[in-house]
Amino acid sequence: MQKYSVFSLIKNAFSDHQNWEVAWKDPTPKKEYDVIIIGGGGHGLATAYYLAKEHNITNVAIIEKGWIGGGNVGRNTTIIRSNYMHDDNALFSEFGMDLWRKMSQDLNYNVMFSPRGIINLAHSDAQMNAYSRRGNSMRLNGIDAVLLNREEVQKRIPMADFSDNVRFPIFGGLMQPSAGTARHDAVAWGYARQADSMGVDIIQNCEVTGFDVTNGKIVGVRTSRGDIKAKKVGLCVAGSTNILAEMLNMTLPIETHLLQACVSEPVKPLLDHVVTFGAGHFYCSQSDKGEMVMGGDLDGYNSYSQRGNLPTLQHVLTEGIAMFPFLSKLKMLRTWGGIMDMSMDGSPIIDKTHIDGLYLNCGWCYGGFKATPASGWTFAHTIAQDRVHELNAGYSLNRFNTGDLIDEKGLGTKTWIS
Amino acid sequence: MLYILCPHCGSRSQNEFAYGGDATVKRPELNKEISDQDWDNFVYLRKSPRGKHLELWHHISGCRQWIKVERDTSTHEIFKTYKADEITE
Repeated sequence: MQKYSVFSLIKNAFSDHQNWEVAWKDPTPKKEYDVIIIGGGGHGLATAYYLAKEHNITNVAIIEKGWIGGGNVGRNTTIIRSNYMHDDNALFSEFGMDLWRKMSQDLNYNVMFSPRGIINLAHSDAQMNAYSRRGNSMRLNGIDAVLLNREEVQKRIPMADFSDNVRFPIFGGLMQPSAGTARHDAVAWGYARQADSMGVDIIQNCEVTGFDVTNGKIVGVRTSRGDIKAKKVGLCVAGSTNILAEMLNMTLPIETHLLQACVSEPVKPLLDHVVTFGAGHFYCSQSDKGEMVMGGDLDGYNSYSQRGNLPTLQHVLTEGIAMFPFLSKLKMLRTWGGIMDMSMDGSPIIDKTHIDGLYLNCGWCYGGFKATPASGWTFAHTIAQDRVHELNAGYSLNRFNTGDLIDEKGLGTKTWIS
Repeated sequence: MLYILCPHCGSRSQNEFAYGGDATVKRPELNKEISDQDWDNFVYLRKSPRGKHLELWHHISGCRQWIKVERDTSTHEIFKTYKADEITE
């Protein structure tokens, strides 16, 4: 594989950039693989990459019904953080933060990781107490957390509404300075390029239509491009998990919902951090191009449509304007939607299933993008070793049966409200 | 914008409604021996199909009645609405 560097850039400049190698190939599916990963999103590509890199399993195919990076890895708001209170979430996400910090070097691909810090705003004394508790839990798990008072918040985001007569005055906030953003497409492309170079087949435009299970063991996958045999199959299809589960006669603790995001026209740099509104559900950061990147609530009813509805967008942006009044002056450049797995406790599932050789990675709710490297790493371990790693042991499928929920927000099973 | 035909009030915009989730989920009967798996099915497990979905909506800014709506989850087409106690096919 051609290494990307300033020297290769200069060299290729002499030939008008016409001679760059393709970043990944377009192979025809083989008859059989050791492992098939269904879903060529961030998690699937990362899983294939770590299978090859950490476990030396390279006879792997990624099957993607559309094109890689066309699903949620290209539709999120690029936020990376590990500001969780529960141990399972905190340790898993912080392990991921380490992978994020090394990712550009590791993949030889600039993913533009920008640890600009995230601030969760608090709008009451009670919320300050809750954040203080969460911050302490984070610090006990070795994650950086700083409790900011009103003045300290104002110094960092002076454009927020600090006037006297507001419905939700800013009391302070909880900041994780090491959190940030990354270029989401680059994450997908970087993993794809490295996985491809180690022998993984990335098969696009190939839809799974069924599974071959014999005596409780997976033996292959039926696809729109023919049947493919496999010793092991991993599902990485957040947003479509329930569709594949139905083919397997499985019912999961997951509902599929639509989440919208939007960007404004680009403006000069004014927002240094990722900021979340504490009295509702709204988050905002500024992209390198200057656009304000925003998101918030789900559309609120089961949906597979990948396009949003205006009442929700209006509601979310109303919260945005309550936090940052200047947003009302900006024109909207683009809005879009992605469908996601909303699990019943708000936490993901990375586990084996009752079918031998079939592994499940799903239920990412709002937090799939930031989990990409840790999810791929632990899922690769689970598939290669046929047992969960201690980092994803808490993300078991049967926790809903045993009662060992990881309900970070304590919101219960009304997934569309959370 | 969805327009939902409330069986009590007529066609109203989605802004008047609150969603209530899958209407096919049945609470296990009381005073009976109920396994953990039965509770698991009721509390946590959902089919969440792509296509026809029977769901509950609450006409919270209208007549405040719960209703059942049969809707397509990929096109958002609403096929039929029912009163909460109506038997659905």
